Amino acid sequence: METILEIKNLKTHFFTKAGLIKAVDDISFKIKKGEIVGLVGESGSGKSITGFSIIGLIDAPGRIVSGSINFKNEPLLNASSNRMQSLRGNRLAMIFQDPMMTLNPVLRIDTQMIETIKAHDKNISNQEAFRRCRDTLGLVGISSPEERMKAYPHQFSGGMRQRVCIAIAMLNKPDLIIADEPTTALDVTIQGQVIYEMQELCKKTGTALLWITHDLAVVAGIASKICVMYAGRIVEQGSVDDIINKPMHPYTIGLIKSVPSQNKRGEPLHQIEGMVPSMLELPIGCAFHDRCTETIENCKIEKPIETNQSDSRVIRCFNFKDIRK
Amino acid sequence: MTAFILRRSSQSIIVLFIMSLLVFSGVNLVGDPVEMLINPEADQAEVERVIKELGLDKPITEQYWYFLMNAFKGDLGTSFIFGEPALKLIVQRMPATIELALFSLFISLIFAIPLGIYAGLKPESKISKTIMAGSILGFSMPTFWVGILFIMFFAVYLGWLPSTGRGEIGSFLGVKSSLFTLDGLSHIFLPALNLALFKLSSVIRLTRAGTREIIHQDYIKFARAKGVAESRVINVHLLKNILIPIVTIIGLEFGSLIAFSTVTETVFAWPGMGKLIIDSIYNLDRPVIVAYLMIIVIFFVFLNLLVDILYTLLDPRVRIQGSN
Ligand SMILES: Nc1ncnc2c1ncn2[C@@H]1O[C@H](COP(=O)(O)OP(=O)(O)OP(=O)(O)O)[C@@H](O)[C@H]1O
Ligand code: SF4
Ligand SMILES: [Mg+2]
Repeated sequence: METILEIKNLKTHFFTKAGLIKAVDDISFKIKKGEIVGLVGESGSGKSITGFSIIGLIDAPGRIVSGSINFKNEPLLNASSNRMQSLRGNRLAMIFQDPMMTLNPVLRIDTQMIETIKAHDKNISNQEAFRRCRDTLGLVGISSPEERMKAYPHQFSGGMRQRVCIAIAMLNKPDLIIADEPTTALDVTIQGQVIYEMQELCKKTGTALLWITHDLAVVAGIASKICVMYAGRIVEQGSVDDIINKPMHPYTIGLIKSVPSQNKRGEPLHQIEGMVPSMLELPIGCAFHDRCTETIENCKIEKPIETNQSDSRVIRCFNFKDIRK
Repeated sequence: MTAFILRRSSQSIIVLFIMSLLVFSGVNLVGDPVEMLINPEADQAEVERVIKELGLDKPITEQYWYFLMNAFKGDLGTSFIFGEPALKLIVQRMPATIELALFSLFISLIFAIPLGIYAGLKPESKISKTIMAGSILGFSMPTFWVGILFIMFFAVYLGWLPSTGRGEIGSFLGVKSSLFTLDGLSHIFLPALNLALFKLSSVIRLTRAGTREIIHQDYIKFARAKGVAESRVINVHLLKNILIPIVTIIGLEFGSLIAFSTVTETVFAWPGMGKLIIDSIYNLDRPVIVAYLMIIVIFFVFLNLLVDILYTLLDPRVRIQGSN
């Protein structure tokens, strides 16, 4: 399958008054056409910043420091702002994390949807654009979409707003949607429906998905590949089967143990010991070393580099257990 | 919406009622009403006659009722100086003041909003810093002094623009204003610019503050993520949001533009009600002062109502709460 997105050694740092924050620090991964990739990690691990780096919307004091992002073989980091604008919302869409803040409070839903189409197709008629918006709203499970389009965001619940945002991302049938916690604001029944719709879209139109979440269980159900992020780095990536059933990195193992369905009934939930470190004062060496159960001397001195275990499997650890052996 | 306007209107009536009480008390309870309402040059027989006529010998509650009824009929007393009803004098001069205030509002908006947005988008640039420094200057220079400088420079030294009066008055769709003739425009320009200067600074600051806050909102970023052109992000997504506080402040400040146009009107001999009130204070023409106060209060109340309506039109979130 053809690769749609290839990120190599991407570093996005924030130069704040309090100090340097390496929000994304040397990450590499690929997404193939139509593939669903999960990006999993705790709060503050750099998932959203990874997404914003891809669509080129990192605000000061942040900056992409080095690395490369290739989208359909086009290097995005050298692209002009006009070029980026024509890709955004068109070939490359993003669903933001907080649906309550994402829609403009003073513009009607139809305005905010139609402009997404018109920004990329100057010649389309209003009626045609309206029809496409209405149909897409219907697709994400909003009833009587024609009426709802006349409403303002505050007339919608959080879940409804998130579905509007999902619809907006799907409008131009992009090649890649970065979905930042797209279903967290939805209740469980709708969650299933929206996940199903997005999966269908990917199948039908060949849209690839980067599914950002802290919920390993959700992503295990839909993704074909998972990247696990910790403190700005991807510590382990591989196929869903490998990550879920044969995790090797101590952090991934901890994560999987803390998923409720992995536990026996009545047993207390497993929890990774210690706290997520502050991004301003990451421990020297491996950022995970003071919480890790496998720490060796080297972990406290050096940062582990990425090692390829197989074609798709990459691990960043000095002392992981290769359970395949 | 209708319910909202009705509710706000009834609130306005209550405010007006309270103000009438205050103005009435101000004139009738504090100090001697005889002295305040009767021309000091009148003789004893005249004084007695007017006391009877004004009902000043009646109990205070009855007097208030009398004042209220008269005010309701549009009778706020007769000017000592002009011998004409005070209200009529003020209404005659009102258009000149309103056109001056409107034009200066127009000047301040077309300059201040773009400048404020620019300063908000690029707070670190040299141009922005110059804009902000300039706005502090506009804030702190006394209006009358700037007005006199304007006259000296543009009217006396360069001789480009006239320095006093309202100029020729044109008529358009039944509205008479000096904005409709070239001569009138040349007359209004300097006083309007003078009056605008203060507003210019405050609108620039307000726009800049609004821009700096809104530009970091997620919905602006999301608009960009949709590939919407930067011009549309600024002119639609950003502007529509910062207009909400701007309209509120402008609406309220328009009242103060009118109320404080007195200085500018005096400097430029602009025949509006501001100049009338200064002359009346100078001449102790009390009925005119009372009438002016009442008119200004009505004006403020009306403006508040207008601002609230505009506000609900701009901000859909308020609209819904209002109609529920
Ligand atoms: N504007 C900013 N200024 C300074 N630091 C920032 C900024 N935005 C993000 N960061 C830093 O980048 C790190 C990664 O942030 P990011 O939003 O990507 O986390 P996340 O993985 O999406 O977490 P969450 O699950 O809470 O959304 C955070 O620890 C934060 O300190
Ligand atoms: S590098 Fe060392 S500290 Fe880090 S995860 Fe591996 S074993 Fe643990
Ligand atoms: Mg996030």
